[in-house]
Amino acid sequence: MSTNAKKPANPDRRRFLTEVARGSAGCALAGMGLAWLAKEAQALPATAIRPPGALAEEAFLAACVRCGLCVRDCPYDTLTLAELGRDAAATGTPFFTARTIPCEMCDDIPCVVACPTGALDPALDVIDDADMGVAVLIDEEHCLNALGLRCDVCYRVCPLIDEAITLEQSHNARSGHHAIFMPTVHADKCTGCGKCEKSCVLPGESAIRVLPTRLARVEPAEHYRLGWENREKIVDELIDLPDRLPGPGTDNLKAPGGFEQEFKPTFSLPQGSKGQ
Amino acid sequence: MSAKTQSPVGSEAIELKGWLAAHKYLLLRRTTQLLFLALFLIGPWFGIWWVKGNLAASMTLDILPLADPLMLLQSALAGHWPEQTALVGALIVAVTYALIGGRVYCSWVCPINIVTDASHWLHDRLGLPKGWQPKANTRYFMLTAILIASAMTGTLAFELVNPITMLHRGLVFGLGFAWTFVIGIFLFDVLLARRGWCSHLCPVGAFYGLLGSKALLRVSATDRAACDDCMDCFAVCPEMHVITPALRGRSEDTPIILSRDCTNCGRCIDVCSVSVFQFTHRFDQRPSPGRTSGKSKLAHKATEAA
Repeated sequence: MSTNAKKPANPDRRRFLTEVARGSAGCALAGMGLAWLAKEAQALPATAIRPPGALAEEAFLAACVRCGLCVRDCPYDTLTLAELGRDAAATGTPFFTARTIPCEMCDDIPCVVACPTGALDPALDVIDDADMGVAVLIDEEHCLNALGLRCDVCYRVCPLIDEAITLEQSHNARSGHHAIFMPTVHADKCTGCGKCEKSCVLPGESAIRVLPTRLARVEPAEHYRLGWENREKIVDELIDLPDRLPGPGTDNLKAPGGFEQEFKPTFSLPQGSKGQ
Repeated sequence: MSAKTQSPVGSEAIELKGWLAAHKYLLLRRTTQLLFLALFLIGPWFGIWWVKGNLAASMTLDILPLADPLMLLQSALAGHWPEQTALVGALIVAVTYALIGGRVYCSWVCPINIVTDASHWLHDRLGLPKGWQPKANTRYFMLTAILIASAMTGTLAFELVNPITMLHRGLVFGLGFAWTFVIGIFLFDVLLARRGWCSHLCPVGAFYGLLGSKALLRVSATDRAACDDCMDCFAVCPEMHVITPALRGRSEDTPIILSRDCTNCGRCIDVCSVSVFQFTHRFDQRPSPGRTSGKSKLAHKATEAA
């Protein structure tokens, strides 16, 4: 026993085990460092809009090899590759800033054609189906149209005028006799090209902005049935409650605006319960 | 050791063959490196779009797609199956390097090579100690690490820190702070680890090494009997362990450098004053006698040590 204990175990095996342990430790450290960086890099700033056809951000980061071929084939120099430390998007990935240069929505979508890996989905062949983001009227208090003026620029430059942006007319309560033509975005039609954001006449930032869909839209309340879309009854024999009109008490259609003459409440509150 | 080992590396070759011949492959290599860089830069600089993209993926003359196979491997592990264009491009690149030697990428194309060669030059000029020398197989651990990290994070993990693509993309598209990574590599190689990045850590080099492990184009110590132990080839070789088995082998051993770590840079051919080395192919069967008995003791020792 004692001789065994003194004699070192097979030195080759020991060296092998040490080396494997070292290697794995280094491997794990390097891997963890990278994983941490990767998590950091997944935070895409709201102003960085991905090119048309870009896969969902997570899938995009797995697919994009940062070659910049989309950037090169964009005829309007819309796209740039994110530079380390300068643009907050994952280093080397393409994006555009709508307020600077929006997407011109080319019919042949050259950026998608140029992408060798499919990070920009080649299945996108009609630019009107692009889903780069959603325009949102983000500052109604400074939007000139919302103030009751007729600016309309975002509406007029929209490549899908009267589809993606409509002007919804409403009464201008401030002046009392004018109309407000509210720019209203229809998210299902909006491609996120950003021409509205680019053209907004406000001096600094735009009152209407393209946001990534993940920021602009939420999960719909699908557990609600919207009566105007879904006319059949959920249950066949619904209790048919009396229709009521506004007015005091429990009036109904028989006496709109008040009680029936002969109406007598069936019970009254006990005296003295008031204020307790 | 002879007195020759004391003279500056390559001085004898310069004396015998002339400066130009003693720098033939170095000059060719620098030219090639700059040529590849220029091909990518004449587009953005002069509007001559022969080549678009960068080393990750590119399109030449609008017909030839090329793509980095390691990039696509990371992408596949991250969960994306690339489109055909990239696959064809990666296949072309992979087959080319499998034939001419994977690490030809390292020494003839990669822009970081110029940086690390500069570090090595400065390291030598300053006479610094070799510093941290991780085991030669550390790069394979690095390769494993980046592939696992890609699979786990669902992104091209190495692209967050890859100094090669950062430098190349930076030069072609705009540098940002990517130069910090390049300076980092430079300082690391100068101060912390001699030839630390390219020869010990770089997972891209490891990948290309594996890719070219059966490459046809090889350097061979065809005239190894003429070796006079000046050690210049060891001094210039970035992967000096690849030389020993070929140069110090016995007559029956192959003189061909078969190690996948060899970058086919050809510097050993340049600096050898007695022209021991030359480029040949993997199946070159020409007999190449080992060295005579007087030197063979030393040779055997070296072989064993390796």
